[in-house]
Amino acid sequence: MAVDVHQEVFIQEAQELLEELEESLLELENDTDNADIVARIFRAMHTIKGSGAMFGFENIAHLVHDVETAYDMVRNGELTISKDMLEYSLKSCDVIKEMLQDAAIKADSPEAVEILNFFRGCQNKPQEAKPEAPVDNIEETSTADERAYRIRFKPEETILMQGTNPAHLLEELEEMGESKIIAHTSSVPPLAEMDPEKCYTFWDILLTTNKTENDIRDVFIFVEDDSEIKINVIDDFTTEDDHYKKLGEILLEKGDVTAEALQALMNEKKMLGEMLVEKGLVKPEAIASALEEQKHVKEMRNKKAAVESAASIRVPSEKLDSMVDLVGELVTVQARLNQTAVEDLNPELMKIAEEVERLVWELRDNTMSIRMLQIGSTFSKYKRLVRDLSRDLGKDIELITKGEDTELDKTVIEKLGDPLVHLVRNSVDHGIGTPADRIAAGKDGKGQILLSAEHSGDSVLIQIKDNGKGIDRDVILNKAIEKGIVAEGAEMTDKEVYELIFAAGFSTAESVSNVSGRGVGMDVVKRNIEALRGTIYIESTLGVGTTITLKLPLTLAIIDGLLVTISDQSFIVPLSRVNECIEFKESEYKTESCRKILKVRDELIPYVKLRDIFGIKDGVPDIQQIVIVELEGRRVGFVVDNVIGDHQTVIKSLGKTFKDVECVSGASVLGNGSVALIIDIVKVYTSIE
Amino acid sequence: MSEKDSNMQHDNCQVLTFMLAEEVYGVDIMSVREVLDYTSVTKVPQTPDYMVGVINLRGNVVPVLDLRLKFGMGKTEKMVNTCVIIVEVEIDDETTILGALADSVQEVVDFEGSNIEDAPKIGTQLNTAFIKGMAKNNDGFVIILNVNSVFSQDDILSLAGTAETTPEQAAISV
Repeated sequence: MAVDVHQEVFIQEAQELLEELEESLLELENDTDNADIVARIFRAMHTIKGSGAMFGFENIAHLVHDVETAYDMVRNGELTISKDMLEYSLKSCDVIKEMLQDAAIKADSPEAVEILNFFRGCQNKPQEAKPEAPVDNIEETSTADERAYRIRFKPEETILMQGTNPAHLLEELEEMGESKIIAHTSSVPPLAEMDPEKCYTFWDILLTTNKTENDIRDVFIFVEDDSEIKINVIDDFTTEDDHYKKLGEILLEKGDVTAEALQALMNEKKMLGEMLVEKGLVKPEAIASALEEQKHVKEMRNKKAAVESAASIRVPSEKLDSMVDLVGELVTVQARLNQTAVEDLNPELMKIAEEVERLVWELRDNTMSIRMLQIGSTFSKYKRLVRDLSRDLGKDIELITKGEDTELDKTVIEKLGDPLVHLVRNSVDHGIGTPADRIAAGKDGKGQILLSAEHSGDSVLIQIKDNGKGIDRDVILNKAIEKGIVAEGAEMTDKEVYELIFAAGFSTAESVSNVSGRGVGMDVVKRNIEALRGTIYIESTLGVGTTITLKLPLTLAIIDGLLVTISDQSFIVPLSRVNECIEFKESEYKTESCRKILKVRDELIPYVKLRDIFGIKDGVPDIQQIVIVELEGRRVGFVVDNVIGDHQTVIKSLGKTFKDVECVSGASVLGNGSVALIIDIVKVYTSIE
Repeated sequence: MSEKDSNMQHDNCQVLTFMLAEEVYGVDIMSVREVLDYTSVTKVPQTPDYMVGVINLRGNVVPVLDLRLKFGMGKTEKMVNTCVIIVEVEIDDETTILGALADSVQEVVDFEGSNIEDAPKIGTQLNTAFIKGMAKNNDGFVIILNVNSVFSQDDILSLAGTAETTPEQAAISV
């Protein structure tokens, strides 16, 4: 069966749905009564079935049909969720995934038949349904529609003396949803007459939330008795009508003006609000408040419409890649334009160049942000992994994820998958012991792995933290001595010892399992992370747990660099690593030994001459510069001839021809058209260490 | 246009000829993308001498080789006529763009298949694998290079060690 364009789209869509499905199933495992999740699972299956049949994936549709039926019964309270059922549901996800890859797998493959039989079995003998719960739940969740409320909160003047701060109440409301707060300050007296302990203000709050009126009332529970609190639903977003109530109607409804006075004014031609104020019928704030309300509801309606119409569009990632390439070229051309403009001293041209610069930066940031994906989509995959692995190993482990909404470049996320799988597997296998071991060590039998992501400057930190047994430095050291990696009696810091874990072929696990222990994991992990220009480090306390931290750049395509020169050649050092630049006069530092040390503000910093490493021999200038870089917590200086300054570096690969050149990670085209090499500072440092 | 299709040695072909140390070489016109004047080249550290470095080709970074150094004829001196021939090469089934320094570029010549002969086993300065054929013209020979093998990755990597020791190196040149 040839895969046509529509089927391609379906496969993509189905894969996303399956991921969602898997996540929901795992959630359901912890919360088997949650009708909301069941409904979500049902919907996902239904979509897969429906579009599957439409695009010629009948076998998938066939399989899903029975699973779906079972969940329909759960939804209607005819069936309760069992552990087996979840197990088979997860299995069916796997089978569907395979079917998507290979249309040849028929619905009568052994796994599929097993799943089918199970679910058919379920349908035939529905267990005694739980009498109340599921149906109620569904109704409750269906009330979670958004509504707009108008809340008038007019506290007693003495509210402040009772120790209540109205601002806190307002903050609490703000947290419930989209809100607008209008303060009515007309009764605030002149400063001379004002009693600072009294509250003269009252507020109108417009709140769009899915909470009920009672929830809102709860906020005011302590002040209810001596404040005037009015809560009205002003819009439940059910009417399609574009017009919200007219200003007069709102004021009328709120009791700010009487119907007669309003009627009397209706014949005049000015804006209603102005007229009301002029006649002194209504205070200006009241009008402002009403107008604000009108605006709020309109905005909310527009927003809702926007969300409903076009939430996202699907674009092939190659198109994005080529767009990023183009933007990269544009950045380069822009640099040239700037240089020309500055050299020409032509103010008109400079103006244009600055304008173009601004636009290009904006375009660059936008394009980069399009490529950003939330890391959460990959996290859900590990939930399944941990669940399956810990069951196989007889352990009880819970994976907690944090910071799913952290955004990373698409390519980084893609390449991060394998190393993360390795690290999570390691934590499950080596880090966390069996429940019996853990209880013997005085811990909770259930182990925890925390997978978190967060932004930190221009990088993203990803942590895998377990509360297992930690790394025993002696075990590693002994193993290393046994393998001849380390000389006996060598003194090493904890950090150096942990570093050994990343050595190729190093594993301390007593037996090789199908999970880990072959010692081919960690060195690959380290290489992969370094290929992403990231770093990895381990912290561990014996008996308490291990934390592995990955530090990754936000994006791979364009970085901030520091442009330096050696002789007539330009080089770029990634700016994120640079601490400072200082002047360096060689004559001042007599170097007797090969170890070159520099004293900067009472700190001793080792330094290296890049000129020597790159084999550049001609003309050493009198005054050189040292770029001080932070590497694995240490500060190291690199001597260059000159520091030019900040450079937006569009990274170009050097290609296969130079794949064996270690100290250079890429190249970038400068404003004058020449090429500057990007120095891989970590590699340079390790090569000389 | 050329009649060329496969790399059979006796097909008719169009060849761009250029000079390397007083000798005429040629490459199939189909693999030549363009010819540039010699511009500033950025040397990449830790590479063999014949890797001159990289140049900026309209925003792309392109490696440049010194063919004379690679063929053991001494370094290319930068003269008025020195130029960079940009060729497309298949490396591991991927098309890669590379530059080659030449002392000067001559002309595009049509050769009939019958005028092209296999490379002689001995008697050239180069490894015969680099040579696609020897074409006769009025004044003498044109050595048509096989770009894919001249620039292929393995060769580039291994050559640094082997260039000095190959038997061809010791043989008398044509």
